Amino acid sequence: METTVEKYTYKDFESDQEVRWCPGCDDYVILRAVQKALPEIGVRRENVVFISGIGCSSRFPYYMNTYGMHGIHGRAPAIATGVKLANPDLSVWVITGDGDSMAIGGNHFIHVLRRNVNLNVILFNNEIYGLTKGQFSPTSLVGQRTKSSPYGNTQPPFSAGELALGANARFFARIGGNVPKDMSEIFIEAERFKGTSLIEVLQNCPIFNDGAYEEFTNRAVREDKQLFVEHGKPMIFGKDRNKGLVLNGIKLEVVNIGENGVTEEDILIHDAKTEDPTLHQMLVRLRYPLVTGIIRSFEDKTFEVRENEVTKQVKEDSKFVKADDLFFSGDIYQVF
Amino acid sequence: MMTPNIKPRPETLEAVIIRFVGDSGDGMQLTGTQFSDTSAMFGNDIATFPNYPAEIRAPQGSLYGVSGFQVHIGSVEISTPGDEVDLLVAMNPAGLKTNLHAVKPGHTIIVDTDAFTKKNLEKAQYETNPLEDGSLANYRVIEVAMTSLTKEAVKDISGLDNKSITRTKNMFALGMVYWMYDRSLDHTIKFFNKKFKSKPEIIEANTKVLNTGFYFAETLELIPNAYTISPAKMESGTYRIIMGNTATAWGFLAAAEKANLELFLGSYPITPASDILHELVKHRHFGVKSLQAEDEIAGISSAIGASFAGNLAITTTSGPGLALKGEAIGLAMMLELPLVVVNVQRGGPSTGLPTKTEQSDLLQVLYGRNGESPVIVLAASTPANCFDYAYQAAKLTVEYMTPVILLTDGYIANGSAPWKIKSVKDMPEIKNNIVEEVTDNWHPYDRNDESLARNWAIPGTPGLEHRVGGLEKDRVSGNVSYVPENHEYMTKIRAEKIKRVQNCIPELTTEFAAKGDVLVVGWGGTYGSLHSAVKHIHGEGVRNIGYVHFNYINPLPKNTEKVLKQFKKILVCELNSGQLAKVLKSNFNGLDIVQFNKIQGLPFSNGELVEKFKQVLK
Repeated sequence: METTVEKYTYKDFESDQEVRWCPGCDDYVILRAVQKALPEIGVRRENVVFISGIGCSSRFPYYMNTYGMHGIHGRAPAIATGVKLANPDLSVWVITGDGDSMAIGGNHFIHVLRRNVNLNVILFNNEIYGLTKGQFSPTSLVGQRTKSSPYGNTQPPFSAGELALGANARFFARIGGNVPKDMSEIFIEAERFKGTSLIEVLQNCPIFNDGAYEEFTNRAVREDKQLFVEHGKPMIFGKDRNKGLVLNGIKLEVVNIGENGVTEEDILIHDAKTEDPTLHQMLVRLRYPLVTGIIRSFEDKTFEVRENEVTKQVKEDSKFVKADDLFFSGDIYQVF
Repeated sequence: MMTPNIKPRPETLEAVIIRFVGDSGDGMQLTGTQFSDTSAMFGNDIATFPNYPAEIRAPQGSLYGVSGFQVHIGSVEISTPGDEVDLLVAMNPAGLKTNLHAVKPGHTIIVDTDAFTKKNLEKAQYETNPLEDGSLANYRVIEVAMTSLTKEAVKDISGLDNKSITRTKNMFALGMVYWMYDRSLDHTIKFFNKKFKSKPEIIEANTKVLNTGFYFAETLELIPNAYTISPAKMESGTYRIIMGNTATAWGFLAAAEKANLELFLGSYPITPASDILHELVKHRHFGVKSLQAEDEIAGISSAIGASFAGNLAITTTSGPGLALKGEAIGLAMMLELPLVVVNVQRGGPSTGLPTKTEQSDLLQVLYGRNGESPVIVLAASTPANCFDYAYQAAKLTVEYMTPVILLTDGYIANGSAPWKIKSVKDMPEIKNNIVEEVTDNWHPYDRNDESLARNWAIPGTPGLEHRVGGLEKDRVSGNVSYVPENHEYMTKIRAEKIKRVQNCIPELTTEFAAKGDVLVVGWGGTYGSLHSAVKHIHGEGVRNIGYVHFNYINPLPKNTEKVLKQFKKILVCELNSGQLAKVLKSNFNGLDIVQFNKIQGLPFSNGELVEKFKQVLK
C-alpha cells in the first residue's frame, strides 16, 4: 500500500450527504473531530472504512467520504472484524452508541476488545435511546425518568470503561462531547495505537437527555470537575492546577497541592501503558474528578498479527499449495 | 505383517449392509470407517452413516450411550447406507438391544460374549440373557469371547496398560468381518502405522488383534457366513471416500481458488455443521481465513464485513443458528454482496433433534426474514455432490451479488461415499463483478444488464469510496432513499435478479420415465433413498412412474412446470410436513399433488417408499 499521502483537509472527508442530526447535538462535534483527525493521521481516503450499527450515531458513515457500511443493530464490531481480517491494511473505525454496544451488541463489544482487533471504536454515550425517541439505555441512571421508565429507571447502569477493562480492553479513552480539539488528538492516538482502541465520548443529547454530563462538562466547571490524564504526567487538575490524586491505602484520594505538606512530587504519575489495569479501573470509577483522556493504552499483540503468525507458519510447513494437492492426497484409489 | 491368503468364497453377493454397534467409547466409528474405506479401495461402491448419541461419553453400557456405524457396500450402484442389516456386530448387550430390530431375520449377529455380564445385561434392561433365553432363535448368532481373546493375543506385548488392551477389541471384530467379506488388512495396518507413529506397542497390539480376529474367523470355519462382493462398475478415475461436510468445505476451497478470491469463514459451532468449520480451519496454507465467532450473528456479520472487503465469505450453521442469522442475511441481500450461508439441517423446531436429520428448514430459508428478501437457495443431495453445490453456491453468489443459502442435512453431511475427485482446473469459470478502477459516471449500484448484479467496489480502491447500509438505497447511488417509487423498483429488481439465475442453472431431468401416472418428487438429501426406491419398483416391471429431484429451489429450474405436467399425479416425498409441496402448489396451478412425509429424524426406508409408490399407483 502506498504510504505517501497528499495532505487532505477535513473537507476531503465530507460526503455529499446532508447531515441530519438534531441541531445542537454533540454528534456534529464528533463528526468534525474525526474529519479533522484523519488528515493528521495521514491515511489515504480509500483505505478508511467506517462501520456502524443502528442508532443516531450510526448514521455517521453516510457522512464520511470514505468506504462505509451502516450495518445492523449491535453488530458493527463483528462486521468490522471481518473487514479487518479480510484486509488488515485498512484503517477501520466502528461507530456505536450506548444501546448499540452495551445492550443489543454487548456480546460483540466485549469480544472485539478481548481479541484486540486493530480497530478504533468510537462509543457515543448519551445515556439514552435517541433514535427510538427516548427510552432508557444500559447507561441511564437509576431513577431516570424516560419514555419507558415514567416512574424512574430501576435498572442499574453499566460503566462503559469498567465493562471494557473487564473485557481486557488494551486502549480506553474518555472525552467530553464539547472539546473537539482534545477529541481529535485522542482519535489520532487511537489510530496510532495497534489494537482495539475504545473512545467513550460523553455525548449530550439535547432532545431526550439534555445536560446529562453538564456537571462535568460545563465550561465554567469542567477544569475543576475533570482530570484530563496524560501518560507520564502527574494527575493534577483544577482551574488553579492545585488539586491532584494520591493513593491512600487502596483508594484514590483528592489532595490539595500546597496544603498539609503535599507537593507536586506526591501526586501520582499516570502510567497508561502498564499491563496491570488496577489503577486504570480505579480511575475509570472516579466521579470526582471525572477522569478523561487516555486512561489505558497497553500495547499488546493484535488479533491480526496473531492470526498472521499462525498462517505464516502453517504455509511454511505445509506441502499444499493448490486445492488439488489436498484433493489428490491421502487415501485415494483408482478405478479402471 | 502380510495379509493372509484367503480361500475362495462359495457365494457372491451384490451388496451387503453391516452395522457395528457398541459403547460410545468402543471405537465403532473407527471400525466402520476402516471397513468402508477398505471396501472402497477394493472397488466397491459404498455409502455409510454414523449414528451416535448426543452425549459425548454416555454412561458405559447404557442404552442411550450406544454408538453405531452402518456401511452399505456393493458391486452395484449404492445410493444409501441401507435399511435392514445383513450383519450386526454388537460389542455389548445395549448395542444388541437397540439394534436387533434392524437385523434381517435369519441373518447374522456377532456378539462379544465377555460383555454379556450380569451388570451389562441389567444396564441394557434385559431380564434374561438373550444369548441363553432363545430370543435370538431367528438369527444366526456367532458368540465370540472377544475381550478375553484380545487380552490373550497381546499378552506378550510389553508396555500396554489394561485400557489400551480393551480398546483394541474392536479390531478383533474388524478382523473377523474382514475375513467374512474377503477383505485385505493392508489399509488398516497402514492406518495404524500412521496414526500411532510414536507408539510402536499400540501399532503392534492393534495389528496383532486385527490378525487374530481374521484368523479366528477362518479357524471357526465361518464359511457359511463368508461372501465375495466383487468390485462395482464405476466410472474410471481417481477416487476417495468423502463425507458430506468435508465435500462442502472442499467445494468452497475449489471455488475460492478458481475465483481468485480469498476464502473467509465466520462461524459458530453447531451440530451437525461444525465439521465444515473443523475442515476449513486446517487450510490456512490456501489462505483460508476463519473466525470462530462469539455467536451465530457475529459469524455471519464478520462474513459480511469480509465480503465487503473483497473476500469470498461464507458462514455455516444449522437450523437454530439460521434463525439467529436471519436479520444479517437480509442485510447482505440489501447490500447486494456475495455471501454463502450453509445450513446443515437437523431435526427441529427449537433445539429439536440435533443429531438427527430432517428437511424442515426449507420454508425458513425461503421466507424467514423481514420484508421481501429473496435469496438463492440450493440443496445438495449426496455426500459427494455437496462439493458441487458448495462450488455452485459460491459461483452464483459472486456472479449475482446476492446471498445464497446452501442446504444440506445431517444425513448427507455425516454420511460418506466415493467421490470421483474433481480437479479445480475442470471446474466452471467464476466471473466476478469487481470494479478495478474508477471510471466516469461510476455508481455503486450500477448493474450488469444481464444478471442485474451490481458492481463490487472493494475498500482500498481509490475513487470508489462509497457507503452501503441496510436502509433502502437509491437505485443508482446507493444513498439512503425514502422515495416510494424507488423502494418498489428496488424490491422488484432484487427479486428479478434471483429469477434471472434461472438462465444459468440446469433444467430438470426426469429419471426412469419422462411421463406417466406418478412422478416422485424429492429435493436435497433424500436423493439416495428416493432414487433407489424408484429403481426398485422399476426393477419389478412398473414403468409408469418417474422421478425428479430438485437441487435448485429458488429459483426453480425453468422447465419445472413442463416436467411436472407430464404426469397425472405428483408425489412429493419430504422429511417434513410438506414444505416443497407447499412451494410447488403456490407456484403452479393444476397439479394433482399428493404427499409422503416422514418426521421422525430418520431418512426414508426403501420399504416404506416402495409401499407408498404402489399405493399411489393404484
